[in-house]
Amino acid sequence: MSSFYEVIRKNESSILAGWLTELASSTRRSDLMGDAELKQQAGELLRLFTAASETSSDPKSDAFLSTREYLKDIAKSRMEQGFTAAETVLFVLSLKQPVFNVLRDQLKADSGKLVTEIWAVGNLLDRLAVLTVEHAIEFRDQVINRQQEEMLELSTPVVKLWDGVLALPLIGTLDSARTQVVMESLLSAIVETNSQIAIIDITGVPTVDTLVAQHLIKTITAARLMGADCYLSGIRPAIAQTIVHLGIDLVDVQTKAKLADAFALALTRLGKTIVNAKMLGKTTSKFEEA
Amino acid sequence: MVLKSDVYPIVSGDDVVRVRQVARQWATELKFSLVDQTKLVTATSELARNTLEHGKGGRMKAELVENGSRKGVRLAFEDNGPGIPNIELALRDGYTTGGGLGLGLSGSKRLVNEFEIKSEAGQGTTVTITRWK
Amino acid sequence: MDRIPILKMGDCLLVTIQVDMHDQLAVSLQEDLTAQIAKHATRGVLIDISSLEIVDSFIGRMLANIAAMSRVLDAQTVLTGMQPAVAITLVELGMSLPGIKTALNVERGMELLRGYIQKDGELQESDGSEE
Repeated sequence: MSSFYEVIRKNESSILAGWLTELASSTRRSDLMGDAELKQQAGELLRLFTAASETSSDPKSDAFLSTREYLKDIAKSRMEQGFTAAETVLFVLSLKQPVFNVLRDQLKADSGKLVTEIWAVGNLLDRLAVLTVEHAIEFRDQVINRQQEEMLELSTPVVKLWDGVLALPLIGTLDSARTQVVMESLLSAIVETNSQIAIIDITGVPTVDTLVAQHLIKTITAARLMGADCYLSGIRPAIAQTIVHLGIDLVDVQTKAKLADAFALALTRLGKTIVNAKMLGKTTSKFEEA
Repeated sequence: MVLKSDVYPIVSGDDVVRVRQVARQWATELKFSLVDQTKLVTATSELARNTLEHGKGGRMKAELVENGSRKGVRLAFEDNGPGIPNIELALRDGYTTGGGLGLGLSGSKRLVNEFEIKSEAGQGTTVTITRWK
Repeated sequence: MDRIPILKMGDCLLVTIQVDMHDQLAVSLQEDLTAQIAKHATRGVLIDISSLEIVDSFIGRMLANIAAMSRVLDAQTVLTGMQPAVAITLVELGMSLPGIKTALNVERGMELLRGYIQKDGELQESDGSEE
């Protein structure tokens, strides 16, 4: 068991001062964090580290539990504040210099012991730094995932064309994840709006591969099970070729070249028809009177 | 890494209902989306039924697992029944031995992220499925 | 053991499945329905599953069986209210239940049934083989 903790404990305040000086020069980012907060974070971490080192030199041990928890917290809060992962981990690593300074001072008589203690504390701090950066990255990943989900939701609008008729205009390339989100939002919309017919328009989709085609067919099958019919419109010649080449069977699915035609068909299916108002003698246009 | 683990017997029709509810609870605990929950519970139903009917009874081991930053539910269906002599055949869609395996295995495989099956004739069967959040 | 209630509405039967059924209950339902269809010379069967959160291959097969048996007994079956998550899962499982008519809800389902029963009646009349 190393004895660097004793040296640290006896010199806690000078180490803290040294650390703050170190921080001031390297990655201060005073735009993101004030002096008081920085001092508080450093002080708390040093306190926890010192207390833990008294009983163990293994950062994975129970003794270091509070230290690990604290590092997780500050990793998260710093990432939220806008620090980079590198800046966050440098906060921990910059503790090394002031600790080395004190150790060198106190143990200069015994160079063998000095080297051992420097290695021990350096190793410990390195491993805690790795833990910190892992948390920082994990947090960053969570943010990215959440943003991706939000983007997916925003890009799949379902539109009500008429009572009982929905349209889903798809734009851009479809990947597996997006198509699944699309599937689910269309089906929920069918239930919410009580729509019997949904028109999936792929005019704005440049390419369709087997996986996407399968997803679309699954969506249409699922809608049928729920009691709604799906029409596919806007199939470009290139996509029609791809579908045939891939051997995908669309024989069960009603298709129309244009969204407008699909809409007309939907209205007919629902027993509705569009009539020129003039023919019914209903007109309020002042041009007529002249 | 396993965060939580429990074992449930599958020896009756009521047990099949019960383990469905267990799967539902654990999926809810991890805040799975409704579709993912439904897929997991449905796979559970298929496999539990297989354990009961083909495997002549057995148990389901449920685990809440963690892999890095993602969490998931892992369910293992174990029985000491006759086993499945030809797994590849059994995993083919629509295949049935008349013992009711039918779509159960191949279908369940599509409903989960990870699917593992260990079985030998006369040695029982263990099917392990995992659904990640 | 409880059984799922079957309501008679004119020449149609209405079944609402709300509970998480164990297999025995599903089998009883099949038997009860078949008996009732024959007994009342039913023309239409509406099965509402809007409260059903899980439909696995066993239940799926049961529904397909009910539809097939009804057809043999000259009755039309309509399945209503399947939840999106259930529909997605069934399709993934590989069950598309072909030959089963579906509707969004009970109201539409009844309209659909009325339509089929009426059409059947018209066909029979024009056949000249009845009345």
